[in-house]
Amino acid sequence: MALTEAEVLAGLAELVNDETGISADAVQMDKSFTDDLDIDSISMMTIVVNAEDKFGVKIPDEEVKNLITVADAVNFISSNQG
Amino acid sequence: MKQLLQSEPVSFSKIYALGAARGDMVVTNDDVAGPIDSSDEWIRQRTGIATRRRATQDQSLMDMSVSASNEAINKAGIDPAEIDAVILATISFPYQTPSGASLLSELVGAKGAASYDISAACAGYCYGIAQADSLVRSGTAKYVLVVGAEKLSDFIEPTDRSISFLLGDGAGAAIVGPSDHPGISKTIWGADGANWDKVGMTDSLLDFRDGKAAWPTLVQEGQSVFRWAVWEMAKVAKEALEASGLQAEDLSALVTHQANERIIDELAKQLKLPENVVVARDVVDTGNTSAASIPLAMHRILNEGLVKPGGYALEIGFGAGLAYAAQVVELP
Repeated sequence: MALTEAEVLAGLAELVNDETGISADAVQMDKSFTDDLDIDSISMMTIVVNAEDKFGVKIPDEEVKNLITVADAVNFISSNQG
Repeated sequence: MKQLLQSEPVSFSKIYALGAARGDMVVTNDDVAGPIDSSDEWIRQRTGIATRRRATQDQSLMDMSVSASNEAINKAGIDPAEIDAVILATISFPYQTPSGASLLSELVGAKGAASYDISAACAGYCYGIAQADSLVRSGTAKYVLVVGAEKLSDFIEPTDRSISFLLGDGAGAAIVGPSDHPGISKTIWGADGANWDKVGMTDSLLDFRDGKAAWPTLVQEGQSVFRWAVWEMAKVAKEALEASGLQAEDLSALVTHQANERIIDELAKQLKLPENVVVARDVVDTGNTSAASIPLAMHRILNEGLVKPGGYALEIGFGAGLAYAAQVVELP
C-alpha cells in the first residue's frame, strides 16, 4: 500500500538526518534542500539513491535538479510509488 | 602442412614494482578558490582535497613519466632492454600522434619495445594493467611498463566549478612480468557509451581551430558522475573481488581512482570493508590526477608502510567514457 504524504516526509527526513546530521524536525515541506538545509549536491545524490531504495521509486538524474524543496521530493516520491 | 606457431604462454603475472612522480608545485585551496568564488573550507568539505600537486610550466608529462618509470624499473631490478611493451595511459599528452609511449620507451632504455597510448581517462591505468597481464601471460611480452600520466593543468579552466579545482598532475608507473603464482586477477571492465558526455572536454579541437570555441578544458556533470562512481562502481568492485576468489577480509587495501574523497568514502562504505582494509586517500594532497591516481595512491600506502608487499589490493578506475576497470593485484 502506498505511503501517505506524511509517511514519505518522515522517511525522507530520516534519510536527510542519516546523511547530514540535520534534525529530522527541520526537514519540512517548505524548506529548500540547498538554501535552507544547506545540503550539497553530493549529499543530495546520496539521499536520492537511499530514497530510491527506501520508497521503491526511480529518481532519474535529470529529475534530481527539479527537487528544489522537500515538498518537490515528497510529491515526486508519492506520485511515483509502485 | 606445417603447423602455425603461437607464443608460449606463461601461467601467471604480477606487478614487480611501482614508481611515482608528482607535479613540483603544491597548489592550495586558497590558490584556486578565488575564480570559483569559493573557499578552503567549501573545497575541503565537498571534496576532501586540501592541496593538489601541479607541474611547473617547464615540467612535462613526459618528465614525470620518465621519473616514475625509472623508479619502477630500478625497484623491479630488471634491465629496461627486457621490456617488450610500453603502455601509456593518458588523456593529456599534447600530441595526437605519435604516441607518448614511443618517446617514453626510448627515454627509459626500453628501445624497440612495442609502444602505444591508451585513452580510458581515469580507468586508463587499470586498462593498462589488464593489457599487460594478458600480454605477459600470452607470452607476447616478458616485461611490460604501464604508466598512467597526466598534466591536467594544461586542460583546466580556473572558473569551472565542476572539476578543474580538483585536478592535479603526476605519473605512476608499474612493471608487470611473469610470476610463479597469481598476482593479477581477472579484470572486470567496460564502458558506458550512453553516458559519453558526462565527463570530457568542453569542445572539440576542431571547434577551437575554427574559432568557434575557446581552448577545450575538462568538465563534468558532477552529480550524475557521483551516482555512477559510487553505486555502479560498487557493483563492479564487488564483481572484481568475486572474480578474484577472495573475500573482503582477504584484502589489505582498497585503491580507487582518487577522484574526490567523498566518492572514496561512499564507495568504501558501500563495499562494507573490514576496518583493517586500508583505504587509499592520496587525493587529499595530490588532487585528482586521472590515469596517474591509482599507481600514485598505491605507491604511497606502500611507501608509508600502511600495507606490506605481498598483500592484496582491490584497485578500481572509473571516469570519462564512462570507462571503468577493476582488478585485485598483489602489492609489489
